[in-house]
Amino acid sequence: MLTKIAHNIATMTRRRWLAATAGLALGFAISPVLAADDTIKVGVLHSLSGTMAISETTLKDTILFLIDEQNKKGGVLGKKLEAVVVDPASNWPLFAEKARELITKDKVAVVFGCWTSVSRKSVLPVFKELNSILFYPVQYEGEESERNVFYTGAAPNQQAIPAVDYLMKEDKVKRWVLEGTDYVYPRTTNKILEAYLKSKGVAADDIMINYTPFGFADWQTEVSKIKAFGSAGKKTAVVSTINGDANVPFYKELGNQGIKATDIPVVAFSVGEEELAGIDTKPLVGHLAAWNYFESIKTPANEKFIKEWQAYTKNPKRTTNDPMEAHVIGFNMWVKAVEKVKSTDADKVIDALPGTEAPNLTGGISKMLPNHHITKPVFIGEIKGDGQFNVVYKTKDLVPGDAWSKELDGSKDLIGDWVGKKCGNYNVKTNKCLGSGS
Amino acid sequence: MLARFIAPFHAFLLALVLIAFTGPAFAGPFEDAVAKFTTDDFSDSEEAVDAIASSGSPLAYPIISALKDERLMFDADTKKVYIKQEDGKAVDAATGAPVDAIPDSASAVSLNNKLRRHIEAALGGLTLQSPNLDARISAAKSVFKSHEEAALPAVEGALAKETDRTAKAFLAQARAAIILFKSDAAEVDKLEAVATIRSRGDQDALAMLSDIGTDQPPAVAKAAASAVSSIQNSLAIWSGVQNAWYGLSLGSVLLLAAIGLAITFGVMGVINMAHGEMVMLGAYTTFVVQEVIRTRYPGLFDYSLLIAVPLAFLVAGAIGVLIERSIIRFLYGRPLETLLATWGLSLVLQQAVRTIFGPTNREVGNPSWMSGAFELGQITITYNRLWILCFTLAVFVILLAMLRFTALGLEMRAVTQNRRMAASMGIATSRVDALTFGLGSGIAGIAGVALSQIDNVSPNLGQGYIIDSFMVVVFGGVGNLWGTLVGAFTLGIANKFLEPVAGAVLGKIAILVLIILFIQKRPRGLFALKGRAVEA
Amino acid sequence: MPHVLTRSLDRAATTFVVVVAACGILIPLSNLLLPVGSVFQVPTYLVALWGKYVCYAILALSIDLIWGYCGILSLGHGAFFALGGYAMGMYLMRQIGTRGVYGNPILPDFMVFLNWQKLPWYWYGFDMFPFAALMVVVVPGLLAFGFGWFAFRSRVTGVYLSIITQAMTYALLLAFFRNDFGFGGNNGLTDFKDILGFNVQADGTRAALFALSCLFLIVAFLLCRAIVTSKLGKVLIAIRDAESRTRFIGYRVESYKLFVFTLSACMAGVAGALYVPQVGIINPSEFAPGNSIEAVIWVAVGGRGTLIGAALGAIVVNYAKTFFTSGVLAPYWLFMLGALFILVTLLLPKGIVGTFNSWRMPMRQKTIAADAVSAAREDGVSEPKMAEQGP
Repeated sequence: MLTKIAHNIATMTRRRWLAATAGLALGFAISPVLAADDTIKVGVLHSLSGTMAISETTLKDTILFLIDEQNKKGGVLGKKLEAVVVDPASNWPLFAEKARELITKDKVAVVFGCWTSVSRKSVLPVFKELNSILFYPVQYEGEESERNVFYTGAAPNQQAIPAVDYLMKEDKVKRWVLEGTDYVYPRTTNKILEAYLKSKGVAADDIMINYTPFGFADWQTEVSKIKAFGSAGKKTAVVSTINGDANVPFYKELGNQGIKATDIPVVAFSVGEEELAGIDTKPLVGHLAAWNYFESIKTPANEKFIKEWQAYTKNPKRTTNDPMEAHVIGFNMWVKAVEKVKSTDADKVIDALPGTEAPNLTGGISKMLPNHHITKPVFIGEIKGDGQFNVVYKTKDLVPGDAWSKELDGSKDLIGDWVGKKCGNYNVKTNKCLGSGS
Repeated sequence: MLARFIAPFHAFLLALVLIAFTGPAFAGPFEDAVAKFTTDDFSDSEEAVDAIASSGSPLAYPIISALKDERLMFDADTKKVYIKQEDGKAVDAATGAPVDAIPDSASAVSLNNKLRRHIEAALGGLTLQSPNLDARISAAKSVFKSHEEAALPAVEGALAKETDRTAKAFLAQARAAIILFKSDAAEVDKLEAVATIRSRGDQDALAMLSDIGTDQPPAVAKAAASAVSSIQNSLAIWSGVQNAWYGLSLGSVLLLAAIGLAITFGVMGVINMAHGEMVMLGAYTTFVVQEVIRTRYPGLFDYSLLIAVPLAFLVAGAIGVLIERSIIRFLYGRPLETLLATWGLSLVLQQAVRTIFGPTNREVGNPSWMSGAFELGQITITYNRLWILCFTLAVFVILLAMLRFTALGLEMRAVTQNRRMAASMGIATSRVDALTFGLGSGIAGIAGVALSQIDNVSPNLGQGYIIDSFMVVVFGGVGNLWGTLVGAFTLGIANKFLEPVAGAVLGKIAILVLIILFIQKRPRGLFALKGRAVEA
Repeated sequence: MPHVLTRSLDRAATTFVVVVAACGILIPLSNLLLPVGSVFQVPTYLVALWGKYVCYAILALSIDLIWGYCGILSLGHGAFFALGGYAMGMYLMRQIGTRGVYGNPILPDFMVFLNWQKLPWYWYGFDMFPFAALMVVVVPGLLAFGFGWFAFRSRVTGVYLSIITQAMTYALLLAFFRNDFGFGGNNGLTDFKDILGFNVQADGTRAALFALSCLFLIVAFLLCRAIVTSKLGKVLIAIRDAESRTRFIGYRVESYKLFVFTLSACMAGVAGALYVPQVGIINPSEFAPGNSIEAVIWVAVGGRGTLIGAALGAIVVNYAKTFFTSGVLAPYWLFMLGALFILVTLLLPKGIVGTFNSWRMPMRQKTIAADAVSAAREDGVSEPKMAEQGP
């Protein structure tokens, strides 16, 4: 289209140039599509290409599946739901652009999306400015509570700390390797864990923190470092916050260098069923992962979900994972909140969401908290030979997500409370709402 | 690993048991222990394992090894426990009597790491006198690790009967480990034990000697401390050797990824941004080959890579020829346009693979000869890295020989050195172009087969190697295969010596800066082509 | 000065300037003055989007200046763009002040939660706009000067230069990913509040930024035109077409190259600085080698060595990207984009504008131009000379 414009422009005389320019400028306005009033639009903002497509494509399918199911039940408020799918292509500025497009041009009522922290940070100002709702389904570093965002993934206290507790208690681990990809989530999680371990009496010498770049593929040196660190005579464990792509070569190297879970267990926070699908897990049996959901958990709700999901995707082997469950919970909470206030108006729904409950797939009822995080059970699973997890530990109750970590100096006095205080970062010591969150 | 070695032995034992053990069930400590599995509670299972291992029952070994492989089934309603044998038949675990079928309500007894350690220790004690040598060695190793006092008579018994030297050494170490931690052992014995363990000189010995507890006699503690520092010193030297090995291994991966590019970019001058995607296609070919083998001919799995190599060469090579014929050939003499077109092509290929195979990782298994590792002195050498190194060198030599000794190689060199002259001599230059590009792509394809063994098989696979490959080719000198070889190994080794000092990220940055500086010094790479042909 | 203008402004250039100026005035006015929902009102989201395209167009111009006219193919120009962006981002971060989530008046949020106690020295001064604005050009300029100083004096040319520029941006990518580096790691700098006291998210600010971007595009364009039509420009073209010959005639090739490379990096820095407040985030992925390659492709699509084409190419390709990544086409957009690159290379080797020019050119001029082009090729314009060696 623009080539044609260029062609036209160039053949025109100067006076017509001006006219064309004005026309071009005005022509922008014609693009918005007429919004159909008989459907409610739901935005899906997950990368379908680029490096993150590997994780995010499944979440797009999940939302499409949930919308399909909801429409079979008659939709919401008597209207059908309509998905608007865009591809931010693992490109962070494009996330912001697409979020703006979804909200302004497509007029979606809610957006389900993002995976990486940076993509969330990139769209955050857009959601605040245009006052819309984002459901964010991935475990993350915490230290955030925004009015327009609902965090259905785990905060660090819902994943990292229970896992470390488990290893300290069950395996009597005394020495820790905190191995992560160098970005914000591992950095923060490791800071929190380091402070926590020290508070439990672990000496600084017994903690080794190590970072590798994204997509790191040659793990020989790192793995042998772990092995050497583990030969100091104390029971050693590795806490891995290694990001998606780098995990496969890491576990392959672990398996080949013969580091068995009985010697040095590795507990991971970013390795789920999807990541393991690319590895032969027999040498890895016994290594651990901490999540709020595992595909192998036997509850009627989960079995039903898996069956319907596999029927929907027409793939009897399609796995499910933790962020998918987060989307399921988030989606159901949104539907409930909308039906409660009988409107999709963002302000009303945002006010209605805290306190909303929705069943999770593992048999409990998750609740949206005033800090926009949810309550979740924490499971610790051991990798089995078939790529699934065997749950070896489960918290008794659902753990409420902390937006602000108690272990970090900067945030130990902060809370998020969008119901009473109407503030995401409220300092309970000074009784002040900090920064711009008001 | 253990299971693979003792499977035949286990069947044999079980047969013995079944012959001997035909009487009716009677309640006793053994049966009580077996019944504990039906609670499926980790601590109950631990107690059961310990009780069964010390019961002396001939069923102990089959039960515990079945538990290890998740073949031990329990039925909580009937309080029965069954062993599912590897041939699909089942026996009652308490009596050893064959059962027709395991009820559907039964499920496998679950495991955790703590339980697994109990199992390993128990199996170690039970297989110390196995007829299979490997089983005996791994039993001795697991006794060494668990060093439980109860196993001492068994170890000593086995030591007396053992004839194999290696196994004997391992048994002696296991015995030393037990004595070192035995509170009532004589100081002389303990000192001897420290010496024995010290002779191992590896990280396991280091781990054991640095944690001998506080209630040891002073002389023993002193001996252990001096052993620790001597082991640490020798390990420090070994770590240098290890870095060199890691560097060679990384270098071989870099070389493998870059060698195809050395042809398409180095020799033909095509800035082939789709090179990484050719590697990816090779990896996906491996995946498809393994899928077919898994479903149709499971027995061939160990040969899957051998089958995949020629296929990957053909697939990537054919696509390479296709690309050359349909796109590249219109762009000769305009190398920068090839950059643009091949970049577009790489986007298309990636998305095509994503559409066909899905965006997630695909599992490519390691054949048995590519898994595991062996110890060379104090360094661990993994088989997959070793094979990849050999494979890379073989590819390099074959390629070099091909360019030097075959008619096609001669034509290729002629065309790249002086196209018009070559054409005048009757060489069909366009055919040679297509074949050269196909060759480069095909080699990238077989690189993909090897890389599938150590990396993700995902649509993004190729992107991770493209920049490194360009660096290697440019560093080594464009148009020179030897340069690529030296460049790859230099960068690999430099990287691996920097990594422990500077960390993975800074190490990589340092390498990039070094390349930039090096190019200032030698603007045409390590092995620059000489003569007039070079100057623009 | 006036004769510089008349010389550099031929008809096409004038129309380009007029069109950009018209867009820069009319679009913000329409956005601000007309009622929302009116058919002629440009929605804010399109203003932000086109503002981004205009920044890319400036980047493309800077690449065309060195590649199209001096034969330096930089595959790392995104680095200069990103450095300019970071300089602006640092200013915007400091402007947040106590409005960050932790309410720390000095430290940006990411430093607070990683327990940094004080501001690193290289963040000093960025709370002042003039200093930040200076850094926007100085930092990329210095890097380019240092890099070029070594590279051009060592006579690193052609594909070697391209690859080491790529190594440079890749090294910077890895460095900025490191959280210890003090630039926010992977999350980069984000959540900006205001610029020079104006709220970044306000419609008025966006419109002003858009107008400013258009203004800078015009300035950059005129600067490039002035250079390429001057005597200096003739020398640059001579270097592009036959570097050795130019050197033998007695020109100090490396000085010319260094000058134009540094200037181009400064332009890219300005583009990045304008880009950041409009997009709302700057993160290390801007350093990714793929981004720099894509920027080169915009120039190729629009037409190398035409300036107008570079700007147009940036806008066309990015518009296509926006268009293809939404709606039903989303799963196939990479096919379309890839196919676009391949087809443009095969069917429009001179890019959109180049093809259009040669189609409009009278026959006689055409042959001269064609000769010039082929001469350029035979002399190897930053191209590895492996394949063809004519006698």
